[in-house]
Amino acid sequence: MTNATRKSLLHTSRLKPWEPVLWLLAFASPLLLSSHALIINEIAIVALFAISLDLILGYTGIVSLGHAAFFGMGAYAAALFAKHVMPDPLVGLAFAIGVSTLLGAVCSLTIMRGSDLTRLMVTLGMGLILMELANRLDWLTGGADGLQGVVMGPLLGTFEFDLSGRTAAYYSLCIGLVFFVLARRLVHSPFGATLMAIRDNRLRAMAIGIPVHSRLALVYTVSAGVAGAAGALLAQTTGFASLDVFDFHRSADVMLVLVVGGVGWLYGGIVGAVVFKLMQDTLSSITPQYWTFWIGLFLVVLVLVGRERLLRPWTWFRKRGGA
Amino acid sequence: MTQTVLQASGLVMRFGGITATNNVTLNLQKGARHALIGPNGAGKTTLINLLTGVLQPTEGRITLLGEDITQLAPHQRVQRGMVRTFQINQLFDSLTPLQTLALTVSQHQGLGLRWWQALGRSAAVSERCAQLLEQFHLTEVMDQPTRVLAYGKRRLLEIAIALACEPRVLLLDEPVAGVPAGEREELLQTVAALPADVSVLLIEHDMDLVFSFATRMTVLVNGTVLTEGDPDQIANDPEVKAVYLGHGEEEGASHD
Repeated sequence: MTNATRKSLLHTSRLKPWEPVLWLLAFASPLLLSSHALIINEIAIVALFAISLDLILGYTGIVSLGHAAFFGMGAYAAALFAKHVMPDPLVGLAFAIGVSTLLGAVCSLTIMRGSDLTRLMVTLGMGLILMELANRLDWLTGGADGLQGVVMGPLLGTFEFDLSGRTAAYYSLCIGLVFFVLARRLVHSPFGATLMAIRDNRLRAMAIGIPVHSRLALVYTVSAGVAGAAGALLAQTTGFASLDVFDFHRSADVMLVLVVGGVGWLYGGIVGAVVFKLMQDTLSSITPQYWTFWIGLFLVVLVLVGRERLLRPWTWFRKRGGA
Repeated sequence: MTQTVLQASGLVMRFGGITATNNVTLNLQKGARHALIGPNGAGKTTLINLLTGVLQPTEGRITLLGEDITQLAPHQRVQRGMVRTFQINQLFDSLTPLQTLALTVSQHQGLGLRWWQALGRSAAVSERCAQLLEQFHLTEVMDQPTRVLAYGKRRLLEIAIALACEPRVLLLDEPVAGVPAGEREELLQTVAALPADVSVLLIEHDMDLVFSFATRMTVLVNGTVLTEGDPDQIANDPEVKAVYLGHGEEEGASHD
């Protein structure tokens, strides 16, 4: 009996056979599709950003429309660090994660109270404030022109960031994998379970002795750090940081990515990022002016029909409830 | 000499001009089976909220095992052994009963911040979960999402979660409310079989359950304690009869 409960509990956290396959494919992709290394890099960054949002949105139930605040903070921190302190990417990444984690800890105080709508507005406001700050402090950030002249040193002292983007893609994939493994541990742990308890029923979570506020603050801070890592990767691999990293559309896009891929499931961020980025890329090359129309249409259909049904075309013409 | 586990003395709760709880004193002995009864609006819910820390009393003080807990937050009181169930189920709908109990037990065993280890990795946790599932007849549904469980099972889980917190004092808020007759027996048995060293405060409208379960009763009317005694005394008390037979209006008013 005890064995059965233990087995059942551990079952969800066990590595599924398709998981290593997926990661092998991801790591093979810059070699197989070497002309597309740049987009692979972008997908890896968006996926990491989406995973950071999923920690708070999918697993804890905190709705945020300002997650770009931390992404942008990571991007600027990494770019400034490379420009003024030292060009080593890994040290810069660590610095950027530290800064955005700190920002997350401060901002976590604002999400404790109120309803979802309040939080939506507060997080949105945070993103706007930081964007305006980056705009205003032009002596530091370059203002609306963006931060120019960021030159990155070679990765681990050996691998130069080249124009083809292969080093960049591998760098982002590796960092992405590290954070994915950590996030995967976290969501299947007792700590992760208390987050889901808070998401499902805050009143009861409190009534079983979970310190709800400190858990919220903790996961928000962690999520901010991961988002900062994604931002840092973008700044480092493109050698540039502009106000666009704080932009509202970035917060909205990452939420769309999660909607496409599914929330409360870490692979949802990855699947969403792949689908979203590839669609964006393909559609904008077919119809550079109107591609957002098609993305919009896809989202409407996805949400109305449901992901499950969309993936199973043979159920489309069957009556609901039947079979 | 019996040990007083929970002591509430002179509790007063005012909301603006309204006094919802007026000088309530309540003592719970170790292993007590104590019932709290009273008509609707008597202030039972307010009293529970005061005891569990959802509300801060205007006056008065609450001690648990000799420690003053009046200023503590709800989750801190739970950690010290004051646990409640809810009249309306408050469950984690997307989790299974097993996951629910495992996370509760983990939190209680101080593993709530452990993020690098899988839930259930600790043998002590899965052992305790197996016991609780067995005790509350939830073993066969342990892997189903809570939202699809039958009402009676959800009710059982409601109490199982509370017991997973290893309470010293358990506040049961109408445990059989709304449970269909067929599933009632199972629930009553588990309530009767609660560990003897846990002090239970039962809030219930069902008088059959109250009189079969409680060895001590407190009657609350209009926010004040009308009387306290053993079941025989309460059953024969003319004032209590008056309140329950509907002549309670003037009776209650005089206590205001």
